[in-house]
Amino acid sequence: MFITQYIKEVFTGVKSLLIGMRRTGYYFTHHKEIITQQYPNEIPVMAERFKGEVIMLHDQNNEHACTGCTACELACPNATIKIVTKFDITPEGKKKKAIDKFVYHLELCTLCNLCIEACPTGAIKMGQNFEHSVFNRAELTKVLNKPGSKVRDDVE
Amino acid sequence: MISFEYIADNIDKWLNNTFSPWLALTIEFVIVGVLCIGLFAVLGLVLIMMERKVSAYMQVRLGPNRVGPKGMFQTVADTLKLLVKEGLTPAGSDKFLFNLAPFVVMIAAMLVLAPIAFAKNFQIWDINIGVLYVSAVSSIGVIGILMAGWASNNKYSLLGAMRSGAQIVSYELSAGLSILVVVIFTGDLSISQIIESQQTGWWIFRGHIPMLIAFIIFIIAVTAETNRAPFDLAEAESELTAGFHTEYSGMKFALFFLAEYVNIFIVCAIGATLFLGGWMPLHIGNWEAFNSIMDWIPSSLWFVGKTFFLIFVIMWFRWTFPRLRIDQLLNLEWKYLLPISMFNLLLATLIAIQGWYF
Repeated sequence: MFITQYIKEVFTGVKSLLIGMRRTGYYFTHHKEIITQQYPNEIPVMAERFKGEVIMLHDQNNEHACTGCTACELACPNATIKIVTKFDITPEGKKKKAIDKFVYHLELCTLCNLCIEACPTGAIKMGQNFEHSVFNRAELTKVLNKPGSKVRDDVE
Repeated sequence: MISFEYIADNIDKWLNNTFSPWLALTIEFVIVGVLCIGLFAVLGLVLIMMERKVSAYMQVRLGPNRVGPKGMFQTVADTLKLLVKEGLTPAGSDKFLFNLAPFVVMIAAMLVLAPIAFAKNFQIWDINIGVLYVSAVSSIGVIGILMAGWASNNKYSLLGAMRSGAQIVSYELSAGLSILVVVIFTGDLSISQIIESQQTGWWIFRGHIPMLIAFIIFIIAVTAETNRAPFDLAEAESELTAGFHTEYSGMKFALFFLAEYVNIFIVCAIGATLFLGGWMPLHIGNWEAFNSIMDWIPSSLWFVGKTFFLIFVIMWFRWTFPRLRIDQLLNLEWKYLLPISMFNLLLATLIAIQGWYF
């Protein structure tokens, strides 16, 4: 019948609203159970897959795996990476191509991960740092290879 | 004992002894105006802070906690920011109406303050048609909203304003009908008489079933009238960016924002006055001992406590319920609230005639 249906609707409506209000009321009275991370006070641990910036891996001898093949530079969709090469003289007196500077423009980077996929030697990877704010835009242009570093011998 | 009544009487006496009656009245007008503006400013700061904290706790967050102790000065900082911002007027807008609209909304909110009793015998204007005056004047605010929406020359603003118009016109009915229930029981329209009639118990207890239904409908209707979630279709930030105040910035936006919170305070004060006894302490029938203990708590505290309780309930609604669609909104009013409040009015009349209340 229409009228019983109507009354039932009103009561079920009110009841469901009260259930919702009980839930939020519980949260209101139990505000010790905060689920948000208090960011500046507690530094969050980022997931392994998080893409914060491109970093170059260096081992303890200050050696990296970058051969200067410019595959990453070609793969980059918006010219974030610029590789400046130089020629090293090997002990045998032969010239060998090596990187001078791995210039990385963080301000242009969309963190698309294409350079990491393009790298044949696994020299670069995505870092977990996310605090990139700086006062001067020029600080976002980074040189990734550490000063005095050279390519590892076993990397071809 | 120091009470608001005592202070007001003494100031009135002193002014009348020092100046001519005409001048004394003028000075009193100025004092009342300044106090109203001061109350509005304080209310804006306190209620916005309260809203942000309540919402944070209900969403299991902390809320503002950087500016001042526990974030208490956050709203002061926000107000300063809004004060120094530029108040833009869009090129294609109707400049006069655009700049007038926030003031219309504010003045409408200010006018409703007149008959509210803040404490025992502490009232700006004890007008004998108090409740009628409140329900009439509180609807003027919608003119300001429509004005803002139309003058902005922006489709979002216009849509928001039109929705707001439809909503307020609809919900005014059930709010009015639930106020009528109290008027039936009291037999008087003046606010002071309605409070006086609750000497032996608040109406929500004395009037049992019809009063409880009226109270629930009143709370729902005034939530809709103040354009708050779950009835915030006029703003609906996910659909209309900000509804009728999309084009407003700086202090003009702040006036709309302030008017929203002041309106919440006013409707909650009206609700507290009609159903929970206003400044009347919790009295139970003829229990003289209990009543005299309750009288020790100042009447202003009772009023503020009840009002803030209702404000908390309305904030609770906002942070719990999802927003209604426009057709659901009108269905709720015309198919549910209005028929129920009409039947409730009949029931209340029957009970009042038969004297079946406490």
